[in-house]
Amino acid sequence: MDIERKEIMPGVNLTALRTDKFKTGCLSLSLLTQLDRDTASMNALIPCVLRRGTALSPDMDALSRRLDGMYGTAVEPITRRIGEIHCTGFYASFPEGRFLPSGTEVMEETARLLAELLLAPNTRGGLFLPDYVDSERDKLIEAIRGRVNDRQGYALQRCIEEMCRYEAYSTLRWGDEKSAEAIRYQKLTKHYHTLLASSPIELFYCGGADAEDVTAVLREALSSLPRGEIDWDIGTDVRMNSVEASPRETVEEMGVSQGKLVMGFRLGECMAEPDMPAIRVFNALYGGGVTSKLFANVREKLSLCYYASSILEIHKGLMFVYSGIDPENYGAARDEILRQLDAVREGSFTDAELAAAKSCFASEVRAEADSQGELEGYWLSNALDGGEISPEELAALAEDVTAEQVSAVARSVECDEIYFLKPDGSAEDEDGSETV
Amino acid sequence: MDQRRFDNIGETLYTDVLPNGLRLRVDSRPGFATCYAAFAANYGGANRRFRCGGEWTDTPAGVAHFLEHKMFDMPDGDNALDLLSANGAEPNAFTSSGMTCYYFESTQKFYDNLRLLLKFVSTPYFTPESVAKEQGIIGQEIRMTEDTPDFAVYMNLLKLLYARHPIRDAVAGTVDSIAEISPETLYSCHKVFYNPSNMTLCCAGDIDAEKVRAVAEEALQAERGCVPETDFGEAEADTPAANYAEDRMDVSAPQFLIGAKASPALSGGGFLRQKLVGQLALRILCGTSSPFYTGLYAKGLLNREYDYELDWSAGTGTVIIGGESREPGAVLEHFKAAAAGVAGSGISGQAFENALRASYGARLRGLEDFDNVCVSLAEGVFGGYDAFDSFAMLRSVTPEECAEFIRDRLAPDKLAMSVILPEKE
Repeated sequence: MDIERKEIMPGVNLTALRTDKFKTGCLSLSLLTQLDRDTASMNALIPCVLRRGTALSPDMDALSRRLDGMYGTAVEPITRRIGEIHCTGFYASFPEGRFLPSGTEVMEETARLLAELLLAPNTRGGLFLPDYVDSERDKLIEAIRGRVNDRQGYALQRCIEEMCRYEAYSTLRWGDEKSAEAIRYQKLTKHYHTLLASSPIELFYCGGADAEDVTAVLREALSSLPRGEIDWDIGTDVRMNSVEASPRETVEEMGVSQGKLVMGFRLGECMAEPDMPAIRVFNALYGGGVTSKLFANVREKLSLCYYASSILEIHKGLMFVYSGIDPENYGAARDEILRQLDAVREGSFTDAELAAAKSCFASEVRAEADSQGELEGYWLSNALDGGEISPEELAALAEDVTAEQVSAVARSVECDEIYFLKPDGSAEDEDGSETV
Repeated sequence: MDQRRFDNIGETLYTDVLPNGLRLRVDSRPGFATCYAAFAANYGGANRRFRCGGEWTDTPAGVAHFLEHKMFDMPDGDNALDLLSANGAEPNAFTSSGMTCYYFESTQKFYDNLRLLLKFVSTPYFTPESVAKEQGIIGQEIRMTEDTPDFAVYMNLLKLLYARHPIRDAVAGTVDSIAEISPETLYSCHKVFYNPSNMTLCCAGDIDAEKVRAVAEEALQAERGCVPETDFGEAEADTPAANYAEDRMDVSAPQFLIGAKASPALSGGGFLRQKLVGQLALRILCGTSSPFYTGLYAKGLLNREYDYELDWSAGTGTVIIGGESREPGAVLEHFKAAAAGVAGSGISGQAFENALRASYGARLRGLEDFDNVCVSLAEGVFGGYDAFDSFAMLRSVTPEECAEFIRDRLAPDKLAMSVILPEKE
């Protein structure tokens, strides 16, 4: 795969990955802003409103017919937070012409449609249609409310809200219900124009065309992009230490039969000059994979939980352990999760465990290069922290990680928040005695 | 070994039947780091009453799924998940109503991992202690699943549609039904269903098909086994057993599913055609580009939490359409009207051509996903067709066939609806 990265217009960067490996190509466009409680809902709403209709294809019906005619090209709104950078825009996936019965290439048409969605929405008097804004806003509110349906995801978000209460990171990628409810079409149109003028834009292409051709197509398609002063002052504030000396515990109740435990950690001092391969191998060894300490000890040996895993938010320097448990195991599971971290700190793991962790991580990263969606996320995330290392190179670096490096990362990690979502009216057991 | 070239989609498929009856499919994918192998038994949650020539055997609900959980234990005390993971593979398994599938994805040591996969799946090892322990773990899993609105709305729909067919019971069974499972149950079901003649091995990646065959020949028994026969009970009527069910759970908005039964599946090319026609008919009638969906989306009656599928499993075909809506009843009325419209006036040429193109593109996209490729190939093996033939066959489907499917299968009296409402304030 050939990777090329360049600024194709003021504040507009393209990462182009040329490959013949896939049946489809992809193009994505992300507007970047600082994650902020006041604007998060508006940012998330904008691509949804834009996706409702353009000047040429004024409603969903017309847009859908057009996309179907382009052999099922898909263009979806996508909003993410990567650390404390809010990325909002579109992800498009289209079939490569050489596999279509007609042989037609649809990349150029897709690029034009993306630009049309971004720059030429269906408006009245220069403003978004109130109908589109209201209905998309109501759906956004439903989605924000609906996060309780995914119990584990909800528990994770609640842990983040508690742990990062004084940080921008506590803001959900969709913002909160209150700010979403306040959105009206005039205000949203104004914010849209601000975004267009000032947000850095990241474009990503993966497919069979040359970077040069893609650049030409995108420059042409985006030629009417109104660029003002670009707001480059965006980034993520990494807080190294826990908020308090010992982790805070939050217990909430909900109608679930299985309790959801989420423990939030700061990666700590190791984030001063992060050694990514070492941090990732540490995570695989501690709780990231099925050979990890958490899986083997907390789940398999002690049967304390149904599952236990750790995940990283590397841009923000956080790690979360999440687990499904019976409420009576709360204290024991929490203590065992911390005890396993101590074991990694002390270097109590075998060469075989380390090898399995490396292999698990390397395999995961190499596999990312086989999926366009993963590659898009990978390179966007790289673009945001200036990294230019490919998945293959990252996988190779994991081989050199030593046991001492892994323990050093573990020693730097601090638990900051323990969140437990327990079944209504149940008693969680702290230390053998019943507490209600 | 046969080599089939599908130039239209740029794929080469190697196929073979081993002397022990194992059906082999290898999709060659140069340039990919990921290799994928799926080893599947034509055995799922609905295969509860069966025989191998002799007497019928009845088994409790949940055995196929229980077996899947227990297969990872190996006689020497090792766990196959750990061994595969230690080799950098990502192993897992799933059990549906009609299939049990063990698979792994890896970027290294593919043939070692493949040998291990074949070995552990064909080596049964169960003890009373390990079965008792698993009853606890699966009991937890069952309770957790029963908590989820998605599962409840789905199971309620199957119970509305089917009067008797075992597909109406949860694949994992219930806490009570799995309590009846003993090591003997597991040994006997393994013997019947997990023999190479009742299984398929489907792989994708930058791999050598001959080498895959050599590994399979070496790791598996050489003899053929039986191809068991399953009794799914007396044939079901075309109409649902009941039309409406509702329940209340902790959800933010009502969740609903509309369902219907498709005609009992045939085998071979006819079966593949039936699948393609049904899928295309649903795309035209209620896909996300259909006037039905876009109209209700604009009215705020449907949102992006919406999907539709046609699930063919264990001799059944089930249409499932649903999502989230503040007024599920109104959605059902609109659906009936849309189906009546097509039944009356047929499908326009433009609508059909667009749906055909969209379906082709979506299928092409599906080839990017090895998991999807291998599971589709396995379904094809058990259904008697090659999944990659769908691209050529799709282009021969006619609008009349699709209209007929809608007229015949989605008439008002054929529909059932399952709803989960939010708890009362």
